[in-house]
Amino acid sequence: MKETILELKNVHIHYPISIGTVRAVEDVSFSLYKGEALGLVGESGCGKSTLGLSFLKLIRPPGRVEKGEILYKGRDLLKMSEGEVRRLRGQDIAMVFQNPLTSLDPLFKIRDQFLETIKYHRGDIPRDEAIKMIEDILEKLGIERKRMNEYPHQLSGGMRQRIMIGLGLIMDPDILIADEPTTSLDVIVEAGFIDLLNRLRKKFNLTIVLITHNLGLVAEIADRVVVMYGGRVMEIASSEDIFGNPLHPYTKGLINCIPNIELEQEKLVTMPGNPPDLVNPPRGCRFEPRCPVAMEICREKTPDLIDYEGRKIACWLYRG
Amino acid sequence: MKNLLRYIITRIFLTIPMLFFLLTLVFIILRIMPGDPVSAMLGAHAPESVIEQKKEELGLNKPIGAQYIDYLNQLIHFDLGDSMIFKQKVIVPIKEKLPATVELTVFGMLFTLVFGVFLGAYAASKRRTGRDFSIRLYANVVYCIPVYWMGLMLQLVFGVWLGWLPISGRVSPRILVSTFENTGFYTIDTLLSGDLHAFIDVMIHLILPSVTLGIVLSGIFVRLTRANMLDVLRSEYILAARARGIPERRVVYKHALKNAFIPILTMMGLQFALLLAGAILTEMTFSWPGMGRLLMERIYLRDYPTIQGVIVVFALFVSLVSLLVDIIYAIIDPRVKY
Ligand SMILES: Nc1ncnc2c1ncn2[C@@H]1O[C@H](COP(=O)(O)OP(=O)(O)O)[C@@H](O)[C@H]1O
Ligand SMILES: [Mg+2]
Repeated sequence: MKETILELKNVHIHYPISIGTVRAVEDVSFSLYKGEALGLVGESGCGKSTLGLSFLKLIRPPGRVEKGEILYKGRDLLKMSEGEVRRLRGQDIAMVFQNPLTSLDPLFKIRDQFLETIKYHRGDIPRDEAIKMIEDILEKLGIERKRMNEYPHQLSGGMRQRIMIGLGLIMDPDILIADEPTTSLDVIVEAGFIDLLNRLRKKFNLTIVLITHNLGLVAEIADRVVVMYGGRVMEIASSEDIFGNPLHPYTKGLINCIPNIELEQEKLVTMPGNPPDLVNPPRGCRFEPRCPVAMEICREKTPDLIDYEGRKIACWLYRG
Repeated sequence: MKNLLRYIITRIFLTIPMLFFLLTLVFIILRIMPGDPVSAMLGAHAPESVIEQKKEELGLNKPIGAQYIDYLNQLIHFDLGDSMIFKQKVIVPIKEKLPATVELTVFGMLFTLVFGVFLGAYAASKRRTGRDFSIRLYANVVYCIPVYWMGLMLQLVFGVWLGWLPISGRVSPRILVSTFENTGFYTIDTLLSGDLHAFIDVMIHLILPSVTLGIVLSGIFVRLTRANMLDVLRSEYILAARARGIPERRVVYKHALKNAFIPILTMMGLQFALLLAGAILTEMTFSWPGMGRLLMERIYLRDYPTIQGVIVVFALFVSLVSLLVDIIYAIIDPRVKY
């Protein structure tokens, strides 16, 4: 039986803004199993980052989780005190962000950013031991140890990305959330990154949440995929099912857009239309306005996420 | 470090044309301005012959161009010349008054920094709360208050009503300043001579003037710090630091404030001239025997060389501070290369 490490129950996340409320995440429920790599995909603006931040209770105020539960090992993060959540961050759940060039404090040496992370989680570790920990992790990441005495601007983008991951992994967390980790890297560095993540996953026995709009990346890393659209989950299935036999019209659309180098496809296929306005979302299915097979009911009622042939899907097409 | 040294030397050379320009301007303005030292000294009814004789004595009968050349000639030999009113070298009163002004500005700046920067950072970290609102209100109010009015109010409350603090001078008359070692900086002199009692007296005299100066200038720094902090707090490395489990207090006051401080430092360098202007007004309000009062007195007397000397020293002071700012900048920010 798979062990659940993180569980979302009917999570709603809202950002109040001047013209109304951005319903960035609506009624999202799923489980994250220990040791798996979960891909969280969807076009930009679908609420992926917002959801990822909520795992660390780091939604930018005045945004907040309106409803729902986020259970880490059975305990609701949202009910924990600020101090408890802080100790969880980095130690149990770590997060790596999109842009390695802006994710490290430019005024602090790499070493000091590691040291403070260790200090605030494990004040009992003496400094020389902490330095050894840093050397250790840098070695695993393929970075010379003397580099820790440098400032972020002295390192290349790819190196900074690895440092970011190192900072995430230094306290040996259970879960690593990576939000668009390769968006700002070039293709070669990206390939290296995929390799690294797959290796580290085994070495650290990590559970990974990979947030991305890049389905190619998901195919290389994820075991299971959650497809989001307009703040809602559209489909959850294993990687094979998502890529081999996508069911939801939105998933199908996404997969059609993957650039295929082998077919020497000239132009990038994009899905017509834009993601919905999350202040005034469509009344029925969020995807209905762009859906090629929309029906009457799709405009009227929002489909729930239901079990369907061993996977989960929110679409009126799959209601018997 | 070698590059920094080269940079410093270049900067020093660059101040020379600036000083030259400034002095030329002051030289011309003083001589265009109605009034001159001789009539200031002898009054309007002195006989013509006496006036002429005095003018010749001071070299004021020469054409302006010639006077200017003479003056530059003196400067090249690092001589600020003689006062036209008193029998003294210009450098003498400056040497005596400069420490008073430096003490006042340093403490004023310190107060502005600690108070303005921390209030601004705190307001940013408590954005949109009542405390943030109160701090912003404070900043906007003090920003609009003239220095002398603020000085008068503080004198009234803490000097007259409460009687806690002296309202003028650098030191109590009962303390014999001449017994101290002589750097002219009373804070340092009293400490060097080990007279704690006198040191406390000096510090107490410094409180009202430097707090006045500090409060008035803190308005700008609260606003600037708050705005910079809000920017920095939005950045990804702050989010990343929080995501690593760094405590909020350290995130705000170590990571964010250090980053937000860089533009503040630049601002401080640029605003230093403003601080000096504020110091002059503060000196007037608190009878503080510094450069500002010296300048005002000598302007009444049309003592051209002394006025010019004071301006030169002010300009050097400003350049020195801006150089210092650049050096601190290079120390804080590893990305800065000279
Ligand atoms: N701090 C914020 N304030 C207001 N709206 C926000 C904020 N962050 C994100 N949003 C909105 O929430 C929605 C989801 O954003 P995000 O979670 O960043 O999506 P994704 O990561 O999938 O691109 C978007 O409509 C975005 O405009
Ligand atoms: Mg995102």
